[in-house]
Amino acid sequence: MATGRDDFVIAIRSAFLKKKDKQKFSLLTLIFLSIFVIILSNFNLKVINVIKSSINEVIYRSSFFISIPENYLKNLKRNFDDHMSLYEGYNKTKNELEKLKQKKLIDDFLKIENAKLRSLIDENIKSNEIFAKVLIDKESPYLKSIVLNKGSRENVKIGMAIIDGVYLVGQVIEVNYTNSRALLLSDLNSKIPSVLEPFDIQAVISGTGGNFGIIEHTQNEYEKKLDESDVIAYTSGLGGLFKPGIPIGKISKEKSGKINFFSDFTQLNYVKITSYKIGSDE
Amino acid sequence: MSSLNKSPFLQIFLSYLPLLILLFSVFNEFDFNYLNLDYFSFNFVHLLIFYWTLRNPDYLGYLSIFFAGIINDVVIGIPIGISSFCYLLLCSVTAYIRNITLTPNFIKDWISLLFTILLINSIQVIILDLIFLIQIDYMSYLINSGFTFLFYPIFFLIFNFLNEKISKQSND
Repeated sequence: MATGRDDFVIAIRSAFLKKKDKQKFSLLTLIFLSIFVIILSNFNLKVINVIKSSINEVIYRSSFFISIPENYLKNLKRNFDDHMSLYEGYNKTKNELEKLKQKKLIDDFLKIENAKLRSLIDENIKSNEIFAKVLIDKESPYLKSIVLNKGSRENVKIGMAIIDGVYLVGQVIEVNYTNSRALLLSDLNSKIPSVLEPFDIQAVISGTGGNFGIIEHTQNEYEKKLDESDVIAYTSGLGGLFKPGIPIGKISKEKSGKINFFSDFTQLNYVKITSYKIGSDE
Repeated sequence: MSSLNKSPFLQIFLSYLPLLILLFSVFNEFDFNYLNLDYFSFNFVHLLIFYWTLRNPDYLGYLSIFFAGIINDVVIGIPIGISSFCYLLLCSVTAYIRNITLTPNFIKDWISLLFTILLINSIQVIILDLIFLIQIDYMSYLINSGFTFLFYPIFFLIFNFLNEKISKQSND
């Protein structure tokens, strides 16, 4: 019995401490080093943040360059698919354009009316936009995020909104000197205060880790209303980070409770990093 | 005659190939760990590290595995050090198996992989969810562990072929 235990101890000791010819460090040293790194990364000290930021800078750039061939192939396939569905796409776009022209006339009037009403209550919304390229969109099963090529050098700050066209796609969670990371709406940790129109229901839209979002913290009887018609989710502006009215996604009658985001997060190339200042002029 | 066919470049390239594949998989955007498919993903890096540190550890150093873990954490955006810690735990299990095994056996390796993956994924979940309070999907971890286990035989054959090529080149 004692011999068996001795063998086990010898095997463990040998596994953790013995260095083979080509191994410069023992496993135990490196395991302690990684624990040390995990603990250090938890401290919010300036030196650690600078080191962390520098590591991020180097790795993000390297990852971008290494992914160039793969991204080229992806784009090639996308272009080929677009080319093959050109005629079908043309007819669809023609019909949509006609409908949108009609809708725009009504929207223009509403915009003017909205501006007049805002000036009456002495409220205005100022926005500051920075255009950024998506460097990395490597998603993991655990975190849905993208890395952008603009950072603190361009005045990017944590909490700024990420917009694709007119649609909200996420918010900045980490800022380095020349780049930043944004958490996508689909991430489990993303919670956006929103309003469900046309029913004017306040809710929080949470990511699920999949391609859709869900509604949280809202009226108990909201599900009955969702069966009546399709619902569009907009930002509510609560919390002050985002302006009210940025489109997020649509809840179809058939898929009650599931929000299909307007933006396709796998196809993001360029986005706007936006901050809003809501309030009166003075 | 064989020494005449021996190319130093090919020999060096093949000896660094496991390391290059490891770095390429952690740096690159394409990831078997996230294939955008419902209920399907597997951890290629775990399979790579498990095989090479078990069968031929000379071609995949612990220090490079540590750095690969750091790179992986930065690229996918989880706190730095977690992947390194998990990869090194995987290495410690393979080092232990190597020490207690006289003749390698595929089935035993495969079963040890299942326990190892369940252990390191549990540790990762505990660190992310309970310490860093990052909300994660337990189901995707479970599915990932399952498929990683199931895919081992396929990658075992591929890596075995590669290992034979490398050994042949270095013995020439």
